[in-house]
Amino acid sequence: MNCREFTSFIADWLDGELPVGQAQVFQAHIAMCPPCEMYLLQYQSTVELARLCQPEDAVPGEVPEALIQAILAARPTGDGSDPTQP
Amino acid sequence: MSPGDGTRELPSETTLVRNLKEGEAGAFEVLVRENSPRLLAVARRYLPKEADAQDAVQDAFLSAFRGMAGFTGASKLSTWLHRIVVNASLMKLRTRRRKPEVAIDDLLPRFENDASAHHLDVIAAWRETAPDELTRDENRVLVRAAIERLPDSYREVLALRDIEQLDTADVAELLGVSKGVVKTRLHRARQALRALLDPHFREGAP
Ligand SMILES: [Zn+2]
Repeated sequence: MNCREFTSFIADWLDGELPVGQAQVFQAHIAMCPPCEMYLLQYQSTVELARLCQPEDAVPGEVPEALIQAILAARPTGDGSDPTQP
Repeated sequence: MSPGDGTRELPSETTLVRNLKEGEAGAFEVLVRENSPRLLAVARRYLPKEADAQDAVQDAFLSAFRGMAGFTGASKLSTWLHRIVVNASLMKLRTRRRKPEVAIDDLLPRFENDASAHHLDVIAAWRETAPDELTRDENRVLVRAAIERLPDSYREVLALRDIEQLDTADVAELLGVSKGVVKTRLHRARQALRALLDPHFREGAP
């Protein structure tokens, strides 16, 4: 396994989807190739960092009142049923 | 309908759903005020332009209002709305997709052209990426900005898989592509994001 191949297998390896034989070769490459080991670590950090971007911290104040009013104004009135729904 | 009278108690989810199905205006206002901050935050992940994100939230609520009769209560209202806003955002993204995308190839790793295929670029060590709260907030800003720079088709897969945590099959169905395409795009998106973050996280970088 060379560095290009190693890199192309990272996602599958993280998902546990590499066949056993290939996973062993993959792990052997980590042990002997510091750049690939570093690359793998940073790839994992990148995935973790993306996860940080979940919007659990959204605060009500950041929605403009104009948007809320526009949404409420666009609400279909009448009996609430919609002829396009089955 | 004045916005400031928010002292009344919030109804339970069952009551709220019943009132929504009966078309009660107050129930719609509760639904919108309660859920729009989170939904707007979700839409912003797909649509970097604030006006587009707000449009997507508005589209999502309109779909929700129309589809309310079909809401079975099998999932929570918030989960149902989340799915609707993701769909609305992806649709908007399609209509906004302009000009050829930035070449993602420039952000992928390069290798020697021999059998060893060694990394051509120096892979320099990163500083700690998951430390205290304060740095977490700073990292979040950095990472969001970097995600915004990804080409659309890569940003959407990264957002759906790594941020929303949907599985490959669901993302494939949502985007109308094969699972193989989702996997390839995700891998390339992560590599591109790593390249964009690299200058910020190298040891000794500000
Ligand atoms: Zn290597």
